[in-house]
Amino acid sequence: MRNAWTMTKMRMRLALRNRAFIFFSLVFPMLFLFLFLGLFARSNTSAVPYFLASVLALTVMGSFWGLSVQLVTFREQGILRRFRLTPVSAGAMLASSILSNYIMTLPTVIIEFVVARWIFHMVGWGNLWGIALLVTLGTVTFASLGLIVASVTNTMQETQMINQILWSAFLFLSGATLPLPMLPAWIQHVALFLPATYLVTGLERVLVGKVSALQIGPELLSLSVCAAIAFLVSQQVFRWEPEAKVSRRAKLWAASAIIPFLLLGVWESAEGNLRSTARTDYLSTERPSRITITPVK
Amino acid sequence: MVVYSMTASIIDVHNLTKSYGQVQAIRGVSFSVQEGEVFGLLGPNGAGKTSTVEILEGLRPADGGIVSVCGLDPQASGDAYKQEIGAVLQSTALPEKIRVEEALTMFGSFYGRHRESEGLLRRFGLEEKRNAFYSQLSGGQKQRLALALSLVNDPRVLFLDEPTAGLDPQVRREIYEIISELKREKKTILLTTHYIEEAEKLCDHVAIVDQGRVIAQGTPRELKQRSAGTTRIELRLVRPEPDEALSRLEGVSDCRVADGAYVIHSTRVPQTIVALVKYLEAQGNELSSLEISSPSLEDVFLELTGRRLRD
Repeated sequence: MRNAWTMTKMRMRLALRNRAFIFFSLVFPMLFLFLFLGLFARSNTSAVPYFLASVLALTVMGSFWGLSVQLVTFREQGILRRFRLTPVSAGAMLASSILSNYIMTLPTVIIEFVVARWIFHMVGWGNLWGIALLVTLGTVTFASLGLIVASVTNTMQETQMINQILWSAFLFLSGATLPLPMLPAWIQHVALFLPATYLVTGLERVLVGKVSALQIGPELLSLSVCAAIAFLVSQQVFRWEPEAKVSRRAKLWAASAIIPFLLLGVWESAEGNLRSTARTDYLSTERPSRITITPVK
Repeated sequence: MVVYSMTASIIDVHNLTKSYGQVQAIRGVSFSVQEGEVFGLLGPNGAGKTSTVEILEGLRPADGGIVSVCGLDPQASGDAYKQEIGAVLQSTALPEKIRVEEALTMFGSFYGRHRESEGLLRRFGLEEKRNAFYSQLSGGQKQRLALALSLVNDPRVLFLDEPTAGLDPQVRREIYEIISELKREKKTILLTTHYIEEAEKLCDHVAIVDQGRVIAQGTPRELKQRSAGTTRIELRLVRPEPDEALSRLEGVSDCRVADGAYVIHSTRVPQTIVALVKYLEAQGNELSSLEISSPSLEDVFLELTGRRLRD
């Protein structure tokens, strides 16, 4: 535990000295914020919470890219094998990646809230407990997924390729960029199998509907299960050595990370009301735009 | 934790084997290292030195054989083992933006028993670089930091895998000085190298490794006894000559060709030189270079394998 905290502090220091990290964790989300709230919400204050939910989801999901690239870089440069000689465990190494990323994400989340409130005149703060829980569980889930990708790919090129595919799905099929109710019905069904969808709709509900943490129980439970399994799998597939090949066991573990999302998607398709709540939140947003978009039923 | 019965040696390797797919990297390597000695694994690239050391460090599992360091099994003893060893790896790095002092402090904090970073900075001449990023250090400074980090837990056994490879001669001498100092402190060191000078200068015992096997071992003096009573003459000719012809010259005990040079061992140097000059005159050939020296471990390797270490 002590080693994990030592590593966390070191990783935060390294991150703050890295211009690319500053750009992608602070500047880039701000660009999204001004784009979504300034352009899409326009001067409609009641639309601000809805689009803020998208921006927060994108900020949280950013840990997916950042951590996978960092882990592969550390492995390829032989940095991990130096730590392997010490009493630092794989769990401590991974936990420090996630914890440092989480701590570094919080200021961005707070700035996004403050900007939404003071510059874009968002009314109220939404349910802050619910938001805190979603941001926390979302970070652990997406960071762990990134760490899994880093461990089951052999080179940076492979990592970037897999990241691109998954990231595109998270971005465009979950409601993070295009509102879920606007997407074709079959895509909405596919979205139910993505962890990103539960994060986006959960944030929409606590920000737009201002529902309590209890009322987003299914989203929180889904993300909790996903976070726990993704972190467990990331430990199982973790590799210290650059030349160590991905074992068959690791591939099976990585494949097992998909199981909770499959079960979740099947359950949500049969019993859940995620699509209908997403539609309600979307329709409750007053839109002064002259362009009328009819949500897909 | 697996604890083996105590032996006189601090490192025991018996019949070690390791393969990577079809390639047999280690084929039954055995050796022992006594506490407080510097033991060298000398051999060319690809001889199996790094694989052997990485098994001892616990970074790789062996396929077969028995390995014991400080009475512990490197693969099964976990953190207790990591407290006992320090290592300079052949291929490793630190994060680019970590500062020198931060690295020493952080690595030290991982261990129950550790040395203060201030003392290590002073000892390794890194005081002025304490706030420098890792990426700003020269090759020699990075290697000095690697050595300092290997001592941060005050280990009983130190593994140095090619600690001077790729460094310029001046930096190499600095590293030799540091290792000599550790030797004076009676630190047990297992060193791998393909530099003859390094093995001769630093090691109490040397195992010569080639193609995954130990082909000879002993003190540098003992190993060089193989060529005792001879002098080494290395020469290059304008045109090649059959080495059998040179072997027949007066006083020559052995003649081999390596890298286009003829390495002759002679028991009577003046007679051999005179005979050589006469022979070359008769053949209408000429010397392009000639070097006379005492036999080294390089000659031992050449005798045993027919190849030079750098091949």
